[in-house]
Amino acid sequence: MTTQVAENPVIVGMKNVTKTFPGVVANDQISLDIRQGLVHCLLGENGAGKSTLISILAGMQQPDSGQIEIDGKVSRITSTRAAMKLGVGVVYQHSTLISSMTVLENLMLGDTKRVLLDKKGARTKLRDLSALLGAEIDPEIKARNLGLGQQQQVEIIKALWQGSRVLILDEPTSMLTPQAIESLLASVVRLRNEGLAVIFITHKLREAYAIGDEISVLRKGRMVKHVPARELAKMNESSLKNTVLTAMFGDDQASAGNRKTIEELAGAATASRQARKAGSVSETTVLSVSQVTCSPNDGTRGIFDINIAIRAGEILGIAGIDGHGQSTLAEVLAGQRKLQSGRVLLGETDVTHLDVRARQSMGLRYVTDDRLHEGIVGNLPVSLNLLLKRVGQKPFWNRGRINRQEVLDESNRLISEFDIRTPNPETRAGTLSGGNIQKLLLARELSNNPKLVIFNKPTYGLDLKTVARVREIILEFANEGVAVLLISADLDELTELADRIAVISQGRLIGETPNVGARTAEIVGEIIVNEGAAATGKSRK
Amino acid sequence: MTDIFSEPFVIAFILGCITGAIPLLIASLGETIGEQSGVLNLGIEGMMLIGGYVAFVTTLSTGSFALGLIAGTLAGVATSVIMMVLNTWLGLNQIVIGLAITLAGGGITGVLYNVYFTNTPRLGQEDTLAIPFLSELPYVGKSLFTQSPMFYLSFVLAGLVAWMLLRTTVGLRFRAAGQNPNSLDAAGGNVVVTRSAAVLLGGAFSGLGGAYLAIIAAGTFTPFMTHGLGYIAIVVTMLARGRIVWVILVSFLYGVTVALGTVLQLTSFSLPTDVIKMFPFIVVMIVLIAFARGSYVPPALGEPYTRGAR
Ligand SMILES: Nc1ncnc2c1ncn2[C@@H]1O[C@H](COP(=O)(O)OP(=O)(O)OP(=O)(O)O)[C@@H](O)[C@H]1O
Ligand SMILES: [Mg+2]
Repeated sequence: MTTQVAENPVIVGMKNVTKTFPGVVANDQISLDIRQGLVHCLLGENGAGKSTLISILAGMQQPDSGQIEIDGKVSRITSTRAAMKLGVGVVYQHSTLISSMTVLENLMLGDTKRVLLDKKGARTKLRDLSALLGAEIDPEIKARNLGLGQQQQVEIIKALWQGSRVLILDEPTSMLTPQAIESLLASVVRLRNEGLAVIFITHKLREAYAIGDEISVLRKGRMVKHVPARELAKMNESSLKNTVLTAMFGDDQASAGNRKTIEELAGAATASRQARKAGSVSETTVLSVSQVTCSPNDGTRGIFDINIAIRAGEILGIAGIDGHGQSTLAEVLAGQRKLQSGRVLLGETDVTHLDVRARQSMGLRYVTDDRLHEGIVGNLPVSLNLLLKRVGQKPFWNRGRINRQEVLDESNRLISEFDIRTPNPETRAGTLSGGNIQKLLLARELSNNPKLVIFNKPTYGLDLKTVARVREIILEFANEGVAVLLISADLDELTELADRIAVISQGRLIGETPNVGARTAEIVGEIIVNEGAAATGKSRK
Repeated sequence: MTDIFSEPFVIAFILGCITGAIPLLIASLGETIGEQSGVLNLGIEGMMLIGGYVAFVTTLSTGSFALGLIAGTLAGVATSVIMMVLNTWLGLNQIVIGLAITLAGGGITGVLYNVYFTNTPRLGQEDTLAIPFLSELPYVGKSLFTQSPMFYLSFVLAGLVAWMLLRTTVGLRFRAAGQNPNSLDAAGGNVVVTRSAAVLLGGAFSGLGGAYLAIIAAGTFTPFMTHGLGYIAIVVTMLARGRIVWVILVSFLYGVTVALGTVLQLTSFSLPTDVIKMFPFIVVMIVLIAFARGSYVPPALGEPYTRGAR
């Protein structure tokens, strides 16, 4: 590539960086330039090696070979401290905020050179950086009480705390609502305009197109495509999509009939709803919830007077801004939380006072959104994690003894069905990439004959292909007569899949609409706005 | 029957409280620092015994109580180096190492004592520091305000530890290492250095606590003289959840029960001594059962940290 006078200077240059883990080459001879004042988007399927690459820049991992140049000088990033000194700030894929500490304490943790905590100074600095991001954050609030969008803002402020010149964001938008994504992207653009170099990892092509100045695509640990700024400027959204998707999923996809798949992915939503069989919703009610109220005393938001009925084969979507009681609702239905009043029926049976296990054995499945903490046992192999809910059951266990062959066969089946990228079934589940942990959980919850499945944000953090696959699975379930409760902050997802959409706000269901296709999003928006107008007089959240 | 409200009696009672409470307080301070940073020091009992023995020998040969306390503290630090290297550096299991230190500490000091001291020597009385005016008050003057300088110093130490944990960056890093070492690492802190410092400080306090117990509270060393005090310190720490005021309060609650036992022996109640000796432990157990729900340990307690490991 020819260097032009007009091109922004390279701050960080990675040259032939390689990193292997047992059984995988996570990064294979990767070269990457990060330029001042540009947003460099990094794309790639789950397990492609994106997080590994940035953990090398962050000083969390040491590369096996290759080198890193900072301002043209070869530098070794031996620790996180060293990365900070070199001006590299990182927002990791999994939050690094300490939930029991306040925002200010979390930030002051970076003040390694002082002896006394400087609260006053930190407050001022927080105010300045918040202004720069266009955020508003209460310094004394505990991190666990922040909304996800604000958490992400605090993470960015933390990454900038030591005066970084390079800001790395690993999937910062995957858990956010559309509004929060907008404001996050706006923040990133402001920072870029201040002259920061930004690496932005995402699975959403729309975002990459919206803020990317340059784009690189990783695949199976290798750099397979780089679109420099000059070229990107000339592309429109759909030609970029094609370029990226071809690079991402490779020639095996592009060849023969598979060309279509890529176009489908590019065209995203519309297609799959047609796969829905007309009249697949039956008359039998699988879940009926009446007047359920639960106000937890641990600071999470409560739910009030919830009434829901889902029939077999029906998908009920729950829309709403994140943190308005969605998780509490899911946990109450799954049996993880005790409710104060109301009744929950599964089929004809009153399950209000049954525990998690009992509800599971009646065919209830819950795919939690807190997959890292609740979902997997990091130290156990992938195979056992896949069968965690069936421990002790035949044919995998026989009179208390494990049948290794059965376990292995079943896990191999699930691994290939869900395309879980793992070196082998015996790999510790904790070492998988973020998206592959999600896949593992989905595979576990969705196998073994469910009757009612509760999904809480089923597709966050997944690459496009997997998103499409999961949505297909949800539709397949419904077609087979499973009742589905689909909680999602992503309206597109809901309008693509749900038969009806209810809106949750402040722990109450404030309205419901049948899914009428294109106009649904608008109707849902109206429900939210009307409620918001009514509520602003009372209180602001 | 003796009048239990007479001045000598009350003085004896308060002195009993102090004797019981201060070693526990000092040791719990160290345990708190360790636990806050994610290192559960089960070796505290052994460290106290080693600190106590070294302090005893030092004071016996030099006649100086101050030197004894210093030597005891250093012995605690030296012992905790084992913990630091094997656990914090090499990531071996904290519980195994802790128990090994406790067993070894008790055994070694016991053997050394039995080899060198056949005639059970006692140390003299340390010069007390009488606080002007206050020491002339009835009841409390001769007890609370006429005490070993170390008695007053231990409160200063408690204040310092509280201040360090809440107001300094080091303290914040200690707490972060116990809450989520990965966060500390991501923020540019060094988990290994932070925890090493906490382990060494914990060792220092254990050694000092043992030294106080031997040379000031008991005036001598006897093998296994801690009688589980180190484990009680662990309980105190868990109940206090890092709040130093609670460490002080619970330590003194223990002191009161010890003193009550002593007082009961002096009165004409005829309780078997074994029952009286059990008394403090029974109280601790009751407190534990009553407050156990409130006991709290940092999420990363006991977990070794390796950067970048998933
Ligand atoms: N610490 C580790 N130990 C073992 N294997 C690891 C470790 N870190 C990463 N891997 C492996 O390296 C590969 C790349 O993982 P990485 O997290 O970089 O993927 P990613 O591109 O970030 O994926 P995602 O989009 O799912 O977050 C995966 O196969 C993963 O299992
Ligand atoms: Mg990742």
